[in-house]
Amino acid sequence: MNTLEFTLLVGMGSLLAGFLGSLTGLGGGVVIVPMLTLLFHVDIRYAIGAALVSVIATSSGAAAAYVKEGYSNVRVGMFLEIATTVGALVGAAVALHLHVSVIAIIFGFALIYSAFSSLRQKSAHRTAVAPDRIATWLRMDSSYPTANGMTQYHVRGVPLGFALMFGAGVLSGLLGIGSGAVKVLAMDQAMKLPFKVSTTTSNFMIGVTAAASAGIYLSRGYIDPGIAMPVMLGVLGGSLVGARILAGARVRTLRLVFAVVIGFLAVEMIYNGFAGKM
Amino acid sequence: MTAPDLRKDQRVDQIMAILLRSGVSLAASLVFIGGIVYLSRHDLPTINYRVFQGEPQELRTVGGILREAAKFHGRGLIQLGLLVLIATPVARVLFSVLAFVYEKDWTYVAITMIVLALLCYSLFGGGGL
Repeated sequence: MNTLEFTLLVGMGSLLAGFLGSLTGLGGGVVIVPMLTLLFHVDIRYAIGAALVSVIATSSGAAAAYVKEGYSNVRVGMFLEIATTVGALVGAAVALHLHVSVIAIIFGFALIYSAFSSLRQKSAHRTAVAPDRIATWLRMDSSYPTANGMTQYHVRGVPLGFALMFGAGVLSGLLGIGSGAVKVLAMDQAMKLPFKVSTTTSNFMIGVTAAASAGIYLSRGYIDPGIAMPVMLGVLGGSLVGARILAGARVRTLRLVFAVVIGFLAVEMIYNGFAGKM
Repeated sequence: MTAPDLRKDQRVDQIMAILLRSGVSLAASLVFIGGIVYLSRHDLPTINYRVFQGEPQELRTVGGILREAAKFHGRGLIQLGLLVLIATPVARVLFSVLAFVYEKDWTYVAITMIVLALLCYSLFGGGGL
């Protein structure tokens, strides 16, 4: 394969990944690493570097749309970003010392988790009724637009949410993914934010988390322009098209198919990791 | 404790949206232009990414990337675009610091400064980890 062929094929694959990732809500980043390593036989360190870059691009692009609509909770996001950025720095530092097979295996399990959580019904928990002491002190309670106008909500479970966010940051720095699934778990389940607020705030945070690890990957020479160029442009383009179509699309079947594909990729990565073929 | 002023918050959100969108657009344009230069100047050999070598020193540091991009080298331009992309969330956090100062919300000024410091550490000093 010459450079031109490689660029075009990776670009087309990334376009598809970005498109499907945005339609299904899983994000384009999760399939980039398996695609590059399993299909194009790229070293996983280069693959993670390229995926991180594409995660920042899609997250920042989508966050621009969401903050305008008034869903994301900037205070919750900013406070939890302390946990995710510290986590990302730790994850990226650990990644430098782990064997690539170990990274591949952890990656496989993280993929299975995100595929699984994308299929789960979105939770219908009741939002907290009483104000929480820490959340009140940090002025996290806010309101968001619903069918009945602006609705107030309380935030709780700040310490647990903070701890889970640290974990999300570590995974992000280690694997080059946005770890949106863990972020939503922390805000939706632990802190009882309304679902729409969790997902948009998570998106808002992913870019900052990924930037923290990307700095380390860049200065370590893990971000290769020849790979990152088609990946970033492809994923960004695909996700923009996906976001346009998303408005009226029925994505249940598509999400199922995508989750199954991701499941297969995950198993193959875990197998390759154990077989020492990474 | 009073609720944050909603109208002020909305204006801040709108500026932030513009900031994010411009950062991503500028980054994508630089990567695209760099890509064209890279593909047209390259003598297109077969490449092997299977073996990890790591990038040369000049494509790892902010100063090195700026110098390579100024020479209009394809790989340098792409790397500059990626640097702009990484800087976009950093700029967003910097802007949040200013927005919280404007609101006189000193707790969040401190919180946001911590995040900013962590990001700067990653970008300028993280290579030593």
